[in-house]
Amino acid sequence: MNEKTILEVKDLDISFRTNAGIIHAIRGVNIDLQKGETVAIVGESGSGKSVTMKAVAGLMDANATVNRGQVLYRCAEDGKEEVIDLLTLSKKELRRRINGRHISMVFQDPMTSLDPTMPVGKQIMEGMLLHGGMNAAQAKARALELMNLVGITDAEHRMKYYPHQFSGGMRQRVVIAIALSGDPDILICDEPTTALDVTIQAKILELIKDIQNRMGLSVIYITHDLGVVAKVADYVNVMYAGKIVEVGNVNEIFYDPKHPYTWGLLSAMPDLDTDDDRLYSIPGSPPNLLHEPVGDAFAARNAYAMRIDEKAEPPMFKISDTHYAATWLLHPDAPKVEMPPELKARLERARKEAEKYI
Amino acid sequence: MNEPLLKVNDLKQYFPVSRKKVFKAVNGVSFEIYPGETYGLVGESGSGKTTIGRSLIRLYTPTEGTVTFAGQVISGALDRETKDMLRENMQMIYQDPMSSLNPRKKVGDIIGEGLDIHHRAANRAERTALVAEMLEKVGLSAAHAERYPHQFSGGQRQRVGIARALILNPKLVIADECISALDVSIQAQVVNLMKDIQAQTQCAYLFIAHDLSMVKYISDRIGVLHRGYLVETGTTEDIFGNPIHPYTKSLLSAVPFPNPEVEKRRVSLAYDVKEAGVDYSKGTLHTLQGQHAVLSTDEEFARWTS
Repeated sequence: MNEKTILEVKDLDISFRTNAGIIHAIRGVNIDLQKGETVAIVGESGSGKSVTMKAVAGLMDANATVNRGQVLYRCAEDGKEEVIDLLTLSKKELRRRINGRHISMVFQDPMTSLDPTMPVGKQIMEGMLLHGGMNAAQAKARALELMNLVGITDAEHRMKYYPHQFSGGMRQRVVIAIALSGDPDILICDEPTTALDVTIQAKILELIKDIQNRMGLSVIYITHDLGVVAKVADYVNVMYAGKIVEVGNVNEIFYDPKHPYTWGLLSAMPDLDTDDDRLYSIPGSPPNLLHEPVGDAFAARNAYAMRIDEKAEPPMFKISDTHYAATWLLHPDAPKVEMPPELKARLERARKEAEKYI
Repeated sequence: MNEPLLKVNDLKQYFPVSRKKVFKAVNGVSFEIYPGETYGLVGESGSGKTTIGRSLIRLYTPTEGTVTFAGQVISGALDRETKDMLRENMQMIYQDPMSSLNPRKKVGDIIGEGLDIHHRAANRAERTALVAEMLEKVGLSAAHAERYPHQFSGGQRQRVGIARALILNPKLVIADECISALDVSIQAQVVNLMKDIQAQTQCAYLFIAHDLSMVKYISDRIGVLHRGYLVETGTTEDIFGNPIHPYTKSLLSAVPFPNPEVEKRRVSLAYDVKEAGVDYSKGTLHTLQGQHAVLSTDEEFARWTS
């Protein structure tokens, strides 16, 4: 863990006990987050992206077991810096020291994450009164400040509103204000805009980015929308079946992806310039993690799968200092395989378009 | 061009809020859908797109305006014959397949319900065969008929929803945000399936969505809705290649591209009706060329097109 790393998830491995059996949902995940940067985790539903972040935020369900791994967090308190493993803290300690104050979370659906029976102003102040050691007047002043920060006009008046009196975009702004009330270092956004319209989505993403620049936050996005990732992320982790299969900075992932799964995700996204008759879709569905996958978990859906994919799990192959991918295609002995020609043409176009801006 | 399958003329849908107040969800929307084509309706939440779909299929009774479907007026009081015709020929796919499928019914019965009601199958064997054929058409297998909705994944459930809508061979299918709840790669599967089925059966789609990139991909023509008004309509090329209305432009600017260098520098265009000073109720549809029309006053039209 170097000086600038604020959070490091190290070889995290989690399984869940269910009636059907043990589900091995997270199978050795590594994620680095540097101070002030934005990391995105992309993947389909059930790939484990939310579970990973819930482990970081200490919100794991009771039937979860951490088999191994660490979540190291560089905690700066009272001028002192120390590295703590969040998984060793008790729930009580996490609540008291970490949640809200250092690590905050914004959830997908603002209607279910807000209390419908409490005015929003009170909800924003709640954390500050209980943990922040502020008196009512201070908390109110701070709440007003936060509401202005997240772009809610006429804050004094709107503090008294209930969540149902706000539109979806405004509600999400309230949730962001609550998340920021404890002055955290890390903001985890779990699909923050999936429930919102495109126009409002763009505004919320721009808002989070603006706040990040002003407050020096580090942000983790969990999403399945690659368009969102392109807009906000510095680094991208592509997750599949409880594993990170490709990691790189945003340009490496979008202009030079190496893993067939990333190819599939990118191809499945209709872009406004493609006129193909059929959209590419990744065949099949993600594996059921009740049964431990043998070899590469993606092999069954991978048109480029080789015999070794059925036998051994690929390690992370290094492409550049920041770019790694777990596919046997990158092994020096593997046949040279190119990405699908349609995708290649599309990426070529994207790169050309990008050059105009640089 | 041949006769339109569905003709919506000046449709208005109001809901009473209290004794004095009326909420105007749809304010005089007109459009046409031709047999075998896909018409996309886009707009933000609250723009009235779902209301239009529901008014057309007569889940609501339209306040004003006429809707003609396959030569018959379906906006007024329905007699038995028209109602049967409407129920058989217009079907709907809903947004959330988990809440639109009865959890206590087997998938085979969910799909076969339409056959039972309209007496399409002569006997049990024929019904089973028709359901099995439909299941295979949507990429599931005949054995799935014996399962319950919770035993399927999200994408498979939406396939069941599609099978249910298509079993009566409707002429028009209203797809109300039918892919919004699905993952990107599953969205692609479902959209491809819808396209394949359209090629086979020549049914028309009214595709309601807020995701412009998917709408572009599936639609032949598009209508942009805002606050209950159809602000712009035209072919997909018109809307995406030459958007005129500031709201359409702001919608297009908000679509995120999978292109980080471009995306990081782009700021979405803000559009606010009050700030822009546009009064939709004053505007009339101005035709640019062919099917491309914009709701505007003469002055606005001159300003936007210059």
